[in-house]
Amino acid sequence: MNKNKTIPDLIWQFFCSVKLTIYTLVLLAVTSIFGTVILQQGESHQYLNTYGEGWYNVIRIFNLDDMYHAWWFLALIVILCVNIVVCSIERLSTTWKIIFPKKIQFNADRFRKLKNRQSFTMQTDFLTLAQDCEKLMTKRIGKVIRQQTENAVVMYAEKGRWTRLGVYIVHSSILLLLMGALIGSLYGFKGFLNLDEGQTADAAFIQKQRSTVNLGFSIRCDDFDVKFYDTGTPAEYRSTLTIIEDGKESFTTDIRVNHPLRYKGINIFQSSYGQSRSSQPDTATFSILNKNNNESKDYVLKIGQEIQLPDDMGIFRLDAFEFHYDFMGRDLEQAFVGTLTHKNGKIEKIGLPLRFPSFDRMRKGDTVFTVKEMDQKYYTGLQITKDPGVWYVYAGFILMILGCWITFFMSHQSYLIEITQTRDTESDISISGTTNRGSHGMNLNIHSIANKIKGK
Amino acid sequence: MTSSFALASATFIYALAAVFYIGSFAFKKQILAKIGFIILVVGCLDNTAGIILRWIESYQMGYGRAPFSNMYESLVFFSWTMAVLYIFVELKYKERLIGVFVSPLIFLAIAYASFDPNMNTKILPLLPALKSNWLIAHVVTCFLGYAGFAVSFGFSIMYFIKPKDNSATSVFAKLPSLELIDELIYQMIVFGFLFLTIGIITGSVWANSAWGKYWSWDPKETWSLITWFVYAIFLHLRMMRGWQGNKLAWVSIIGFMAVLFTYFGVNNLLSGLHSYG
Repeated sequence: MNKNKTIPDLIWQFFCSVKLTIYTLVLLAVTSIFGTVILQQGESHQYLNTYGEGWYNVIRIFNLDDMYHAWWFLALIVILCVNIVVCSIERLSTTWKIIFPKKIQFNADRFRKLKNRQSFTMQTDFLTLAQDCEKLMTKRIGKVIRQQTENAVVMYAEKGRWTRLGVYIVHSSILLLLMGALIGSLYGFKGFLNLDEGQTADAAFIQKQRSTVNLGFSIRCDDFDVKFYDTGTPAEYRSTLTIIEDGKESFTTDIRVNHPLRYKGINIFQSSYGQSRSSQPDTATFSILNKNNNESKDYVLKIGQEIQLPDDMGIFRLDAFEFHYDFMGRDLEQAFVGTLTHKNGKIEKIGLPLRFPSFDRMRKGDTVFTVKEMDQKYYTGLQITKDPGVWYVYAGFILMILGCWITFFMSHQSYLIEITQTRDTESDISISGTTNRGSHGMNLNIHSIANKIKGK
Repeated sequence: MTSSFALASATFIYALAAVFYIGSFAFKKQILAKIGFIILVVGCLDNTAGIILRWIESYQMGYGRAPFSNMYESLVFFSWTMAVLYIFVELKYKERLIGVFVSPLIFLAIAYASFDPNMNTKILPLLPALKSNWLIAHVVTCFLGYAGFAVSFGFSIMYFIKPKDNSATSVFAKLPSLELIDELIYQMIVFGFLFLTIGIITGSVWANSAWGKYWSWDPKETWSLITWFVYAIFLHLRMMRGWQGNKLAWVSIIGFMAVLFTYFGVNNLLSGLHSYG
C-alpha cells in the first residue's frame, strides 16, 4: 500500500496485528498436543521401540522428545510476548487520552441517538426533578456534570473509566509470569537427594546436568516414617530433618507431602522413599521353630550376639547382615547370616535372605529360622529446588485474576439524563447510557434508573 | 438418608427436569418449562444434600475429606456446578427455553457417575499428595470453569438450531433471539475463562507446594492450557476481530471439546499426575 514504509515499520506492523496473536495461539494450542502424546524427556531406546528409526529422526529434528523446551516452541512464546508488547504500546498510545483525559467532556447528541434511550413524562417541577436525579446519579454513578439552560438541564455522569486498563493488566501479567519462568530457569535448580536415616548431606544431585549443587547448609535425616490407612494405601510420608550450619544444629523439623521446608531460598520436598541400601540393620526378631515338638519361639538378636537354644538344640550366633548373600554362586541380595553350633560340635552356616522368607526350610535341619521383623532402615527421597522467579510468577497470577475480573466484569459506563420543562409541574425526562462492553447490562441499568425515578 | 440415595435420586430428578424442558420446547408450552425449572431446583438441592452427606460420611469413616477426589465425586460436583450456574442464568435473564440444551448435560454428567459400571463410588481415604487446603479451591474453581463452558456449549447448539429467518414458525423459532444467545454464549465463556484461569493458577500454586514446581507440562496441565488457549482465541476473535454468530459458536464448540478431553480424555488415554480424577 505505502511504498515509503521502512523495514522497521513493516516489522512493527507485523507484530501489532491481532491476526498474529490468533495464529500464534492456534499454533501453541495445536503443537502443545504433541507433547502430551509423545513421551517427554525419555531415553532414546524408548522412542526407537515405539516409533522406529524413521519417526525417531523426525522427533529428534523437532525436539519433540522435549518439545516444551524446543527452540521453535520457545520462539512461539517469544513471538507472543513481542506481539503483546507491541500491541499494548500501539493501543495505549491511542487510548491513553481516553483513559486519562485532561477534562471529561461529553457529546449530548451521541446519547440522544442511543437505542437504549428511555423517555417519559413526570408530573414534577423540572428543577426538583433535576435535583433528585442529580442525587441519584451521584450516588449510583459518580460526579455529575450539569449543564443548565432556562427550561432544560443535561446531566452527565460516568464511572469506571480506569477499567479500560484491565486488558493491559492481563497482558502484562502474562509477561510478568513468563519473566518469572525465565528467572527460574536461569538462576534456579531442581535437584534430588536421597538420605538414609541418620545420614547427612550438603548437596543435591541435578539429574538434567548430571552434576551436584551445594546448598550452603547440611541436612540430616533423623527419621523417616510411612503411615498407612487400614485399607493399605499410604496415608502419610514424613521425614524428620535437622538443618546443620557451620557444624552446629540449627533446627529440626518434620516435612510431609504438601508441607515442605523452605529455608534460605531453598525448598525441600518429601518426594519418595525406599529401603536403605547402604546402612545395615543391626537388630532383628527371629522366629525359631523346633521341628521335633513344632514349637516356635521369637528372639530379638543383635549382630554378634549368641544365644543358647532350648531343648539342647545348640548355640546360635548372629554373625552379620550381608547386602549380597552368596548362595552357591547366586546373589540372593540382602540377608542375615549366622552360625549354629550343635551339641555334638558340628557347625552349620545359616543364611536368611530377606527376599525368601522360608529359605531356611531347605536346610532340612531340626530347626527352622525365619526373619520375623527387622529394624529396617529407610532412605527418604527429597526433592530440592530453588526458584527465585516464583514470586514474579505469583505476582503475575494475582495480576491476571484481577485483570480478568476488571476486563470481564467491570466497564466504563457513561450516563446522560436530560430533563425539559413542558409545563409548570410537568417535565419530560430521558435517560440513556453507553458502555465499552456489555450492552445488555447497560439496558438493565437504564431500566433500573428509570424505575427508580418513576417511583419517586 | 445416605449420600448415595440422595445422589441417585438427584439423577432421576434431573432426568425429569430435562424431560419437562424438552417437552416445553416440543409442545410450545411455557408452563412445562416453568415446572422443569422447579424440578431442576429440587434436583439441585438434592444434589447439594448428597455432596454434604458424603462429606459428613467421610468424617464418620474417619477419613474426613472434601468429596472432590475421584471421578465419581467430580462428576457429581460437575452436575452441581452446571445446575447452580444454569439456575442463576435463568433467573437473571428470565428466559425459560434456554434450559432445553443445558438440562440434558446436567443429567448426563451425574448419570455417567451413577450408571457407569466401572465407576468406583466408594469413599476412599486421600492420598498424601491430595491432602491440602488447595484441593477444595482448585477443584471448585476448575469445575465452575467447566460448568461455564458446558452451559455455553448448550447455548452454542441452540444458536445453530435457531432459524436465522425471523418469520419461521418451527418449534425452534420459539428460542430467544440470536443476539441474546450470542450474548449468553459470551457471558458463559467469560465466566468459564475467569474460573479456568483461577483453577489453573490454584493448581499451579498447589503443585509448587507439593512438588516444588508450579508447572511441569503434565498432560492434564498442558490440556488445561490448550483449553485456555482456545477460549483466549475465542475472546480475541470476538472482541478484536468482530467475529459473531455461527463462526464464533464453532470456536465455542471446539473449546468444549478441549474441556471434555482435559476432563475425560487425559485420564483415560494419557498418564500423569491426575490419574485419580
